[in-house]
Amino acid sequence: MSTPSDVVVLPSPSPTPRRAVRRLAIRFGDFPVIPTAILLAVALVAIFANQLAPHNPEIGSLTARFKPPFWQTGGSMKYILGTDQLGRDVLSRLIFGARVSMVVGIMAVLVAGVVGTVLGILSGYLGGWVDQVIMRVTDTWLALPALTFAIFLAAIVGPSMWNIVIILGVTYWTRYARVIRGEVLSLREREFVRLAVVAGCSKWSIMARHILPNVVNSAIVLGSLMLGVVIITEATLSFLGVGVPPPQPAWGLMLSDGKQGLMVGYWWLTVFPGLCIMLMVLSANLIGDWLRVKLDPQLRQL
Amino acid sequence: MGRYITRRAGYCLLSLFLLSLTIFFFVRVTGDPAALLVEPGASAEDIAAIHHQFGLDRPLWVQYGLFMWTLFHGDLGQSFYYQTPVFDLYMSRLPNSLMLAAVAMIFSLIVGIPSGILASVRVGRFWDSAGKMFALLGLSLPSFWVGLVLILVFSVYLKWLPSSGAGTPLHLLMPAFALGWYFAAAHMRLTRSSMLDVLGSEYIKLARLKGLPEALVIAKHAFKNALIPVITLAGINLVIMVNVAVVVETVFAWPGIGRLLYEGITFRDFPVVQGVVLLGGAMIVLVNLLVDILYATIDPRIRLER
Amino acid sequence: MAGEPLLRLDKLSTHYIAGGGLRVVRAVDEVSLSVNAGETLGIVGESGSGKSTLALTIMRVLPMAAKIVGGHMWFEGEDLVQKTDAEMREIRGKRIAMVLQDPMASLNPLFSIGNQIAEPIRVHERVSRASAWERARGLLKAVRIPSPETRVKQFPHEMSGGMRQRIVGAIGMSCEPRLLIADEPTTSLDLTIQAQYLNLLRDLQREHGLALIFITHNLGIVAKMCDQLAVMYAGRLVEAGPVSRIFNAPEHPYTQALLNSIPRMGERDQRLTAIAGQPPDLSALPPGCAFAQRCPQAFHRCRSEAPPVLHPRPDHTLRCWLSVDAPAERPRVLAGAAAV
Ligand SMILES: Nc1ncnc2c1ncn2[C@@H]1O[C@H](COP(=O)(O)OP(=O)(O)OP(=O)(O)O)[C@@H](O)[C@H]1O
Ligand code: SF4
Ligand SMILES: [Mg+2]
Repeated sequence: MSTPSDVVVLPSPSPTPRRAVRRLAIRFGDFPVIPTAILLAVALVAIFANQLAPHNPEIGSLTARFKPPFWQTGGSMKYILGTDQLGRDVLSRLIFGARVSMVVGIMAVLVAGVVGTVLGILSGYLGGWVDQVIMRVTDTWLALPALTFAIFLAAIVGPSMWNIVIILGVTYWTRYARVIRGEVLSLREREFVRLAVVAGCSKWSIMARHILPNVVNSAIVLGSLMLGVVIITEATLSFLGVGVPPPQPAWGLMLSDGKQGLMVGYWWLTVFPGLCIMLMVLSANLIGDWLRVKLDPQLRQL
Repeated sequence: MGRYITRRAGYCLLSLFLLSLTIFFFVRVTGDPAALLVEPGASAEDIAAIHHQFGLDRPLWVQYGLFMWTLFHGDLGQSFYYQTPVFDLYMSRLPNSLMLAAVAMIFSLIVGIPSGILASVRVGRFWDSAGKMFALLGLSLPSFWVGLVLILVFSVYLKWLPSSGAGTPLHLLMPAFALGWYFAAAHMRLTRSSMLDVLGSEYIKLARLKGLPEALVIAKHAFKNALIPVITLAGINLVIMVNVAVVVETVFAWPGIGRLLYEGITFRDFPVVQGVVLLGGAMIVLVNLLVDILYATIDPRIRLER
Repeated sequence: MAGEPLLRLDKLSTHYIAGGGLRVVRAVDEVSLSVNAGETLGIVGESGSGKSTLALTIMRVLPMAAKIVGGHMWFEGEDLVQKTDAEMREIRGKRIAMVLQDPMASLNPLFSIGNQIAEPIRVHERVSRASAWERARGLLKAVRIPSPETRVKQFPHEMSGGMRQRIVGAIGMSCEPRLLIADEPTTSLDLTIQAQYLNLLRDLQREHGLALIFITHNLGIVAKMCDQLAVMYAGRLVEAGPVSRIFNAPEHPYTQALLNSIPRMGERDQRLTAIAGQPPDLSALPPGCAFAQRCPQAFHRCRSEAPPVLHPRPDHTLRCWLSVDAPAERPRVLAGAAAV
């Protein structure tokens, strides 16, 4: 290197309008446009699955089993992404699978978020034995591998989409509780909370009116990061046969079915559902990361 | 230090207690445990017999006492499918799981540590962003899908590697990669942030002020310090790997604990499922205790503080 | 002028550049000063006035965000600003050394004392491990650490704070540099240890004829240790000259305020906070004199134009409008504008 890296020639400052534009660009310029578009698209597909899907996702024609995607020999435009072992249209199943992933993902994150936030606030604000009990349980559950725990629960309650929502909520609320409790502990010492205490507000109204609004940001950030985790876990449970029951089209279930055709090279049964999961989870993670940096600097090291 | 360890051990016992309580509670709250304890397709009389045999007609706390009593005797029940004690089954599968986890761990460290260091040394530049993308990808790909795609490429098309089973070192490659992938990303993230912490420290500044070559500053002064948290996490992750390998072991038919759990689910072999979860949870609680003790012996500040 | 000084800074500027150039902190702004061989220069200034940044600039060990944006650093006839990273490495620790503020954090916890003292010797002089360790033992003895034979093998956590600071000093001296920069080396030590350490530094200086740059908040230490004094305010040098002269007849209003706020000599770690008001934000400096907000003698010109660097005497530097404009030309700022 000829020029040392710590010596620079200072550029002349650019005129104000351009600087203002750059300032804006720095605030919002790294907004994850593509991930947001992907998630929105998946949501739309999930909502309008009935209109969009070319075939019935649960009924196939046994004469059209294991058809490859249209561009391969033997494939046709009738089944753009091919068919599975029961002759069901892969594209239609993917479209309806988006519905399962979206519903399970969002609902599970909501359940976990509500339970975890409420318990986190109670634990952090009330302190004492309430705190002790909640945090002991939280720590124990956090120590368990979430996946094994979810499998165990799914195995005892039996497969159904709504059971999965509950199971994921029960498995993942602990992460909210830990983070939210930490926030509440510092909020409790803040001026406005103390003023409210002096003014004679009851504990419950302080928690509801003063604490809750201030932890919502963190809960949203955590929720966006949890969405990816929850979707992967749902797919895993379905893959293992304790998640969404067949013949409902869930992406994890499709992968499990696709396994049978794998060794003979029916790649489309494996590749497409996996790509869908990946795109959705990656998008959720990118958005979550962005939100984390923008909304909540305290969470950066999470 | 003695007091600190006693306290940690106390928490650990409490955690084990809560773990057993959780599992006991969930089995009973979600339905009739007898339905889980009989083999699928059993008659009503069989169920009634089970009720009596396992004391399910007694008060809950008596049931819990019984449950703990059998647990303390190392009795996790009998597998319906294999007709052998669950504990023996678990132990026979454990070596396979450990082997897979060990190879996956080595892979994750070989990938994660150097890329984490590279990202930290080039923070904010190209390799840092590339590493960040890689880590995100690692955290976003379900490991069973990685496994399936690996089979598709290396077994079906290239025919280089066996798609399933165990026996040769070649059998280990793909499952270890699929399992280690996620952890490689996690280890990369931790290495990076740990390196950044260390690189900002005063002793690194002093090392530079001494006029040492940058390579020596990184390799000698930064690396060793930055590695401590990574190795700690790797220790915990090894145990976690054993317990989350269920999907990878299922995909590759690897005869480990995860596969045992999967068999337990598919054959509705409830004692196996419960036993695997209980032992896995206990293992993790104990490893956490071990790490706490280890930290206390390494880091004098913890000893003094508590 | 009696020959070229050992180190001469010429309009040196170092800025922290953040947000892609949108936020520029002018931590060191056109600083010119010089240090002669064997002399001690004290640098004082409020917290955040850029003293540490100046020291790190001379060493060329700056954090990523900091860039040298202009000026020269003439050291023994060479311009350090023009040096490549590799050339700079040969100078660092060998010809110019630096001692950091925090002795607890400056030593790597995982390596023995001997290893850390011998390291620069081995790197710079390419001697064998054994003879480098021999030198390390000698250095420990020179900084008055008892039983150096056993101490070299020990680790930092086995030493007291005062010992560690002396070890850091030994590392600085290890390759017999021409110039040693000490950045607040005594703030974390208690009074007796502090006095011992200062005596030690002075003895070492006499023995080796080395030049010392001493950064401190403590004017008592300056009086005791230094020949020359430089006063920094908001990244700029406001007054510099011989210690006796500045102490007896300070000319810059900031120096005057500083000396008025002086505690009794030797009082421990006296922070220079006795002047009313806050120093300006270095990323948004006012157009005129940086001190104008707090200066009791500020007049109109101070707020619009930055004062020039003046040399009322050959060895005296001053940056203030007062010595340019005759008193009659100085309409006082309206009441309330000067924040005193
Ligand atoms: N990494 C950084 N990024 C941006 N600004 C910085 C950075 N480090 C320091 N600064 C700013 O540069 C200015 C000078 O800091 P410096 O540490 O040199 O001051 P100092 O005189 O040594 O203070 P102290 O007496 O407290 O040690 C300060 O205003 C500080 O806020
Ligand atoms: S230039 Fe003006 S404001 Fe600045 S120190 Fe001198 S008199 Fe005060
Ligand atoms: Mg400083």
